[in-house]
Amino acid sequence: MTAVLERASLRHRLAEKGVDRVLWLLVPGAVFVVLLFVYPFLYGLQLSFQPKGGGSPFQNYITFFSDPYLAETVWITLRLGLPAALFNVLASIPIAFRMRGRFRGKRALTTVLVVPITLGTVLTAEGLLAFFGPAGWFNRIWMALGADEPAKLTHNYWGVLFSLIITGFPFAFLLTLSYLSGIDPTLEQAAATLGASRRQRFRTITMPLLAPGLAVTFCLSFVLAFSVFPSAVMVGDPVGETHVMSIAAYETALRDNDFALGSAIAMLMALVMLIVIGVVLIWRTTLYRGATGGKG
Amino acid sequence: MTGHRFAELHLDHVRRAFGDTVALQGMDLTIKGGEFVALLGPSGCGKSTALNCLAGLLPLTGGRITLDGKRIDDLPPEKRGFGMVFQNYALFPHMSVRRNIAFGLSMRRTPKAELHRRVDEAVRLVQLEEHQHKFPAQLSGGQQQRVAIARAIVLEPPLVLMDEPLSNLDAALRLEMRTEIRRLHQSLGLTTVYVTHDQEEALALADRLVVLRLGEVQQVGSPEEVYAHPVNRYVAGFMGYRNMIPVTVTSQDGERTTVHTGDDVKLVGIKREELGPEAVAAVRPEDFAVVGESGENTLEAVVEIVEYHGREQAVEARLRDGSPLHVRTNSRLAPGDTIMLKVPVERVLVFS
Repeated sequence: MTAVLERASLRHRLAEKGVDRVLWLLVPGAVFVVLLFVYPFLYGLQLSFQPKGGGSPFQNYITFFSDPYLAETVWITLRLGLPAALFNVLASIPIAFRMRGRFRGKRALTTVLVVPITLGTVLTAEGLLAFFGPAGWFNRIWMALGADEPAKLTHNYWGVLFSLIITGFPFAFLLTLSYLSGIDPTLEQAAATLGASRRQRFRTITMPLLAPGLAVTFCLSFVLAFSVFPSAVMVGDPVGETHVMSIAAYETALRDNDFALGSAIAMLMALVMLIVIGVVLIWRTTLYRGATGGKG
Repeated sequence: MTGHRFAELHLDHVRRAFGDTVALQGMDLTIKGGEFVALLGPSGCGKSTALNCLAGLLPLTGGRITLDGKRIDDLPPEKRGFGMVFQNYALFPHMSVRRNIAFGLSMRRTPKAELHRRVDEAVRLVQLEEHQHKFPAQLSGGQQQRVAIARAIVLEPPLVLMDEPLSNLDAALRLEMRTEIRRLHQSLGLTTVYVTHDQEEALALADRLVVLRLGEVQQVGSPEEVYAHPVNRYVAGFMGYRNMIPVTVTSQDGERTTVHTGDDVKLVGIKREELGPEAVAAVRPEDFAVVGESGENTLEAVVEIVEYHGREQAVEARLRDGSPLHVRTNSRLAPGDTIMLKVPVERVLVFS
């Protein structure tokens, strides 16, 4: 009798701590993460410490930083990823701000803003080549307006930046919109009745409550932009201005057959991203991160 | 700390429509400085719309609002300077209690010393001294309510607008805060417009009641006028006339009207509006007296359900024709009892 009671109470105590059969639902996800993320990551990490030519386990990292063509990729990628993420986050604020609440045509407008996600980078790159190319519409108008020579906007830094903005903006916009919808609109109304002008309301109420969400949006946009590959090849200058880290890793591993050095570059990519995200998230801890009263 | 007094706030045919739905149709109302006006009605009656129009949070579809002759309905909320207490309090979650209360003053660039003096005073007034450095999320509902009130009145607004401020509080706290609101209104000499769906709250607080229905004003008057002399069936229902007995009008002699119920019992009551042949006799549950025998103005009913309410019982009974009757009485009754219910002539209101 007592044994039965004790067994029942143990199960009960475990359930109190969240250990029950529902936990099995986590298994597929956990298996997935281990097989497709943890294992490849750790494999790559140990591979990066086994240089192809032997020697010090850090030889790959030393090679990376002592070869300017490789070391430069860090700066090249940051120079693309940071402005693209920053622009996407900042540009999404006013649009999301206007798109709050209900109005006629909201759905159509949202669709237009979000469609670039579905296009994929390749189609976007083709479009950019046609539109911004030397004989594209942009340059025809540009020349018609009296320019001496066509603006060079493809096969360089700008082409890749445009591509990152076009494909990255919908993500930033959707995230910002959902964070903004999560802020209770009566807070702004209250501020208005207390005498705050539109600008003051935005600065003192909306912005402080939105900032933590913007930080997260920035991080995700940055990660997306930092791992740029296809557009850096198609609309960029993959051996010069837009020789980004992912191209370097790909070339080393699959063209030069040096998987170890390729892994080292991939690890460094992850490290740079983690540093940027870490800095942003540390800044985020200084902000108010509690409830924002809304329904989002 | 006192409200800046004005003489007269005038709503002239204020109208607000949302698409095809008219939320407020041509509201006329004059509010005098120092008054406590309650807008009363069920949800969807237009009371909150009226308040938001006053605050400037909703533009008018038609009509005008003037404050001492000066037109204000075209001003944005921040230029009107009315204080508002929101139903969900709308406290700024990222600011301490003190900064919430100081918000309006700092928007007006009030000098530091004066700002601190006035915030201190407001904090003391709503008894939040020991909580002033906490954040809204750390406060109880009643305390949040006090912050919302302090934040609105620290600016000494000419008009304080309150949108169902007590509806999120539990019963005991609601009574306490109700007294508190009335005390602040009186001691600071505020002018208050208060929106509620609770007629008890409106009667207890207001100097004047505005009863609304479907965007239309039904009756404006002192609590006593509205309570004792509702102008129509709808206001009567809202003021606690729970029994609406369908009757046929048999004779009219000035206000005194004789009617017959479905059971063919004769009732004499007071006519409140022009009547056709069919009418309703409105009676409050507490106006019935349980008597021993039938007589003048007496209905016979069978007790169905008895609720214990301490000194009183709330009884649901049925007339012989099956229509239900609500009665409150001190007599102890049991289901199945046949009772005689007498009601004084002046407590029977006949509406069309």
